[in-house]
Amino acid sequence: MRIFVCIKQVPDTETKIKLKADQSSIEESGIKWIVNPYDEFAIEEALKLKEAVGQGQVTLVSVGPKARVVDALRTGLAMGADDALIVDTSTPLDNLLTAQSLAAVIKSEGPPAMIFLGRQSIDMGVSATGPMLAEVLGLPHASLVSKFSHEEGVSRIEREVEGGSKEVLEITGPAVITANKGLNTPRYASLPGIMKAKKKPLKEMSLADLGFNSEQNKVHLTNFKMPPEKPPVKMISGEANQQAQELVKALREEAKVL
Amino acid sequence: MNKIFVFCEMSGDRIKKSSLELLTAARKSGHPIVTGALGPGSENLKEFLQNYGVTTHYFNGSAELKHYNPELYSPMVVEMLKSSEASIVLASSSLMNRDLFARVAAKLDLACINDCTELNLQEDDLGLRRPLYSGKCSAQVRIKEDSQRIILMRPNQLPVENFSDSASVELKELAIPSVDLKTVIKEVVKGTSERLDLTEANIIVSGGRGMGGPENFKILEDLADTLGATVGASRAVVDAGWVPHNMQVGQTGKTVAPSLYIACGVSGAIQHLAGMSSSKVIVAINKDPEAPIFQKATYGIVGDVFEIVPKLTEEFKKVLS
Ligand SMILES: Cc1cc2nc3c(=O)[nH]c(=O)nc-3n(C[C@H](O)[C@H](O)[C@H](O)COP(=O)(O)OP(=O)(O)OC[C@H]3O[C@@H](n4cnc5c(N)ncnc54)[C@H](O)[C@@H]3O)c2cc1C
Repeated sequence: MRIFVCIKQVPDTETKIKLKADQSSIEESGIKWIVNPYDEFAIEEALKLKEAVGQGQVTLVSVGPKARVVDALRTGLAMGADDALIVDTSTPLDNLLTAQSLAAVIKSEGPPAMIFLGRQSIDMGVSATGPMLAEVLGLPHASLVSKFSHEEGVSRIEREVEGGSKEVLEITGPAVITANKGLNTPRYASLPGIMKAKKKPLKEMSLADLGFNSEQNKVHLTNFKMPPEKPPVKMISGEANQQAQELVKALREEAKVL
Repeated sequence: MNKIFVFCEMSGDRIKKSSLELLTAARKSGHPIVTGALGPGSENLKEFLQNYGVTTHYFNGSAELKHYNPELYSPMVVEMLKSSEASIVLASSSLMNRDLFARVAAKLDLACINDCTELNLQEDDLGLRRPLYSGKCSAQVRIKEDSQRIILMRPNQLPVENFSDSASVELKELAIPSVDLKTVIKEVVKGTSERLDLTEANIIVSGGRGMGGPENFKILEDLADTLGATVGASRAVVDAGWVPHNMQVGQTGKTVAPSLYIACGVSGAIQHLAGMSSSKVIVAINKDPEAPIFQKATYGIVGDVFEIVPKLTEEFKKVLS
């Protein structure tokens, strides 16, 4: 059973974002990079599926600058993935080109039994790569998945839908699954895992190898801005009854949000 | 002349407010408007849509489309976009639309920009801006010249206005594609509340570890009921199992931007602030005057949530009834 997991490396959630002087992007120096937290759920689910089936190969795929993305892939290999593929690009790709590149890699590697991704990356937060990948590969998909099991070619899935509701569905055959929080608890890489990961195969390719180039990006981000400064907080003091009254008054008459 | 396609999301037999925001923007732009909607109720919108000057409406009101199945919805929306020949496609950035339009865009080899907070239909580049790093910064978005541009707007960014045109709306019913479905939806388990999703809510009452335990979320529910708000939570509370995951606000939860966000017993960690600091007005109630949440708040109350929140509910009841 061939299982693919597409992962992205993102700035640590503690990162204080700073912009380049020309506002063309964020300042990347000094950033600590981590595996996108939702992608850890995706890796864990792939490993669990392989264990449940009793055989298989879990392949990680990532698109990004090789120099740093290698660390993210090694983390996933240390968790237990079998091998990794990297599409090296220093120019960030938009969602569609990312999905098209991932699809090209997966096609060249052989037919997937299942593909896992995180529900979204916590940097761009678009949540489009999974469904786009599914469309390019002509596969069904389920996003925001919080429960997954697979038996005899049928996946039983629970996913989040609007308003706190849950949808229960079944998908037959290979599918693209995007992992939500709550799907599982990702395992830590063990020390032997980390040692083994160093010897696991990590294949590298360029966008050109896949027949793409970064000029094909349709989306360009410019003129980065920090959020507008907030005016200083107005503290409301006094005894509780008075505080409540004053707050309600301020919300209605000053802020006019009610 | 740009033609604008507005995808109208249904809630029961009505168009959601977030879609009305887009209809309003489209109507005000003066460009011709075409609409589409799927599922029960989508066949009965003619009278409503003529007020907005809509020229053509694509729909299918079949019960088979009650729940979103990507395998049925995406080819139908692809069909709508092709047939409409619109150059701008607008939809709200809901969970469903983010999913649906990603597939649609990939099928048509188009860009799809979601979660936009700024849109100007008079400008050639549409004046798009979008938050990044869950709101730690934002960027202007430019889309390469293409036949169609798909824009998903974050709810509550644009006003809703009523119009009273009497356009003649041409109705076009689309057939459900006969495909060998791989996806079968078994059931939808309704959430415990009928409230709006966090990402669409105009008011959010949010609780952190300072709430002390799951049983105390009742006092937040009471406040939320009074205000017509949705209840959110910090990750600490979600991880403790007090409330479900879909209530988490923050960088690894939901990014929200309501008009009013009331944080109760939330300390204001960087990951939480990232997800909610673009809210218009933020109220923080915390017993620690040094809590970082106060640095992002519009109004702050240093006090005990168990004392302040019920009083607040009472006070709101008085003035809102
Ligand atoms: C990778 C990663 C991702 C994360 N993502 C998120 C995320 O998406 N969202 C998120 O929220 N967090 C996230 N966090 C966690 C974040 O760092 C904080 O731990 C979390 O937000 C704290 O939640 P809290 O404010 O409820 O709890 P605490 O920090 O414990 O704060 C509780 C607050 O309640 C106050 N309090 C206590 N009792 C009372 C009372 N009776 N009345 C009034 N006030 C009271 C206290 O003064 C304190 O300020 C993430 C962390 C990591 C490492």
